[in-house]
Amino acid sequence: MTAEPLIDTDITPRTDGTDERRGRFARLLDSDIMASFLASKLTVLAGFVTFAFLIIALFAPLIAPFNPFDPAQVFLIDARDPPIWMAGSDPRFLLGTDDQGRDMLSALFYGLRVSLLIGGLGVLLSALIGVTLGLIAGYAGGRIDALIMRIADIQLTFPAILIALLVDGVVHALLKSGGREDTAFGVMVLSIGLSFWVQYARTVRGSTLVERNKDYVHAARLIGLRSPQILWRHVLPNVLGPVLVIATINLALAVITEATLSFLGVGLPPTQPSLGTLIRIGNAYLFSGEWWIVAFPGITLAVLVIAVNMLGDWLRDALNPRLR
Amino acid sequence: MSEARTLVEVEGLRRTFDVSRPWLTRMLAREPQRFLKAVDGVSFDIKAGETFAIVGESGSGKSTVARMVVGLLEATAGKVTIDRFEIRAGADSVEARRVRRRIQMIFQDPFASLNPRWRVGDIIAEPIIAFGMPKPAGGRDDAPSPEATRRRVGELLGLVGLDPVDARKYPHQFSGGQRQRIAIARALAAGPDFIACDEPTSALDVSVQAQILNLMRDLQEQLGLTFLFISHNLSVVRHMATRVGVMYLGKLVEIGNAAELFARPRHPYTRMLLDSVPDLSMVGKDRTPVAGEIPSPIDPPKGCAFHPRCKFAVDICRIDVPPLIDGVACHLAQDGRLPDLSS
Repeated sequence: MTAEPLIDTDITPRTDGTDERRGRFARLLDSDIMASFLASKLTVLAGFVTFAFLIIALFAPLIAPFNPFDPAQVFLIDARDPPIWMAGSDPRFLLGTDDQGRDMLSALFYGLRVSLLIGGLGVLLSALIGVTLGLIAGYAGGRIDALIMRIADIQLTFPAILIALLVDGVVHALLKSGGREDTAFGVMVLSIGLSFWVQYARTVRGSTLVERNKDYVHAARLIGLRSPQILWRHVLPNVLGPVLVIATINLALAVITEATLSFLGVGLPPTQPSLGTLIRIGNAYLFSGEWWIVAFPGITLAVLVIAVNMLGDWLRDALNPRLR
Repeated sequence: MSEARTLVEVEGLRRTFDVSRPWLTRMLAREPQRFLKAVDGVSFDIKAGETFAIVGESGSGKSTVARMVVGLLEATAGKVTIDRFEIRAGADSVEARRVRRRIQMIFQDPFASLNPRWRVGDIIAEPIIAFGMPKPAGGRDDAPSPEATRRRVGELLGLVGLDPVDARKYPHQFSGGQRQRIAIARALAAGPDFIACDEPTSALDVSVQAQILNLMRDLQEQLGLTFLFISHNLSVVRHMATRVGVMYLGKLVEIGNAAELFARPRHPYTRMLLDSVPDLSMVGKDRTPVAGEIPSPIDPPKGCAFHPRCKFAVDICRIDVPPLIDGVACHLAQDGRLPDLSS
């Protein structure tokens, strides 16, 4: 990745104790990871974009000029106004309005919030399931291992959309309330969580197989620690590196999956639009000339996914000792 | 060493590993199950305060013995007792815990035996927290206070020749020799009286090896420790051991006092090993390279396992397995038919 050796390979003890006295932040700025981050301008840009999107998502209600969920602020008379630089635009709406007169910019901010929240929670859930099962499979071995990994293999044959439809159907059959709005969010998180756990499980199982035969695990067994304690305190911290990388790359994947599902209509309803829902709404007006309704959410989604993916790629390289 | 109380007793220890291919493949190819006899009927005892060394080439099963003795690996047959209490892998009674705190192990690779994500202080404190503070009278453990634990960790670091301040560092900040010192400190933390050392210096530079060995000897004297010392390095064993057992293909072929065994090796295998060691007293004499390699333990030779490599082998060696009688397992040595080689 980088031509010159930027990485500090000094493993001799620093006896002066300066390492301890400086703050955590100062050490972070000085670390290998930070050095490799700053070495690539593209990575810095991706990091900046991701960070900006996170801030927007977090503070959407404060930044957005309108609240697209508030019926009192939405008027049908403003529907389908073009962006501000085109003829017939309304100066209040920077990026125009959608078919219901909602400000596109505000809808984007809120959509980003929903998309990232679902993506993040979905990734968290899948990591939780995958890491737990991977740890158990790798440490227990034998039949438990075979069972878990066969389930993982079967899981891989189901695309995320099928799982989402399945979960959606089951939840509706169970609740019978018919209120899609209330359950859509949970259904999406659950579907994404159930779709992506396999990758974590496989990676963690592989690392666990290596770690469990290392002598520090034997030493822990020797003092009589039980398996859950050993897994939690000794093995887990040593297998989390790759998980972080997968989680970052999967965040982009989860956001896309959510958008796909919402686009297809099994995701979030128009009353709480995500980026995918916005694209679906805009899709209907694409051929009647109102391109902005679909274009801006689409561009936002693409930029977000590319940025997060590039961050993930960088993290994978930075944490891989063989690429140093 | 004349008080000679037997601390550890190993009786008929045996361990086989299933090395068969997966069931379906085996059925299709009509293959039988295959087993590897890593350790095949090993018995010895270790007296309190002594260092019992096991030497042998790679694959002789010496590490497997060490793992079974400390209870990391279940024995297929045979038993290990410490002060007449049986050690079993995975046992979890109150009694088993009390015994377990008396046993510790020092591992070969100090880069793998310390959790890279833990601070050194936490690594050494772990046995103290698990077992409680050691008491001189061997009393029961009570929950140690964080303050007392910290003090004990500092004490231990000083004992192995490190700075108590080092407790706050991570293992990667230390060299191999220093890491092995940390591993020794951890082994001592709960106040054990028996420590199995599995090749404790073979991953270290020669210059550091001697320091670690001397540290271990000093600690043994100071704390009255008993060592089971596994090594393939005869010079190291000569430096450390009170008594020595020589292993070949899962069996003990010779056992005896270190001084005697090194001066007058009886088994042809022991002789071969000793002849291969470079030594100052042998200047001018050719050293004999070790001939051949250890055979596969899956398919060991019939009769005496050493006969294909033994230059004295006669017919009976190819048929009969020699039992370990009077410290040596060799037909010829027992009959006094081996040429006297002590020079």
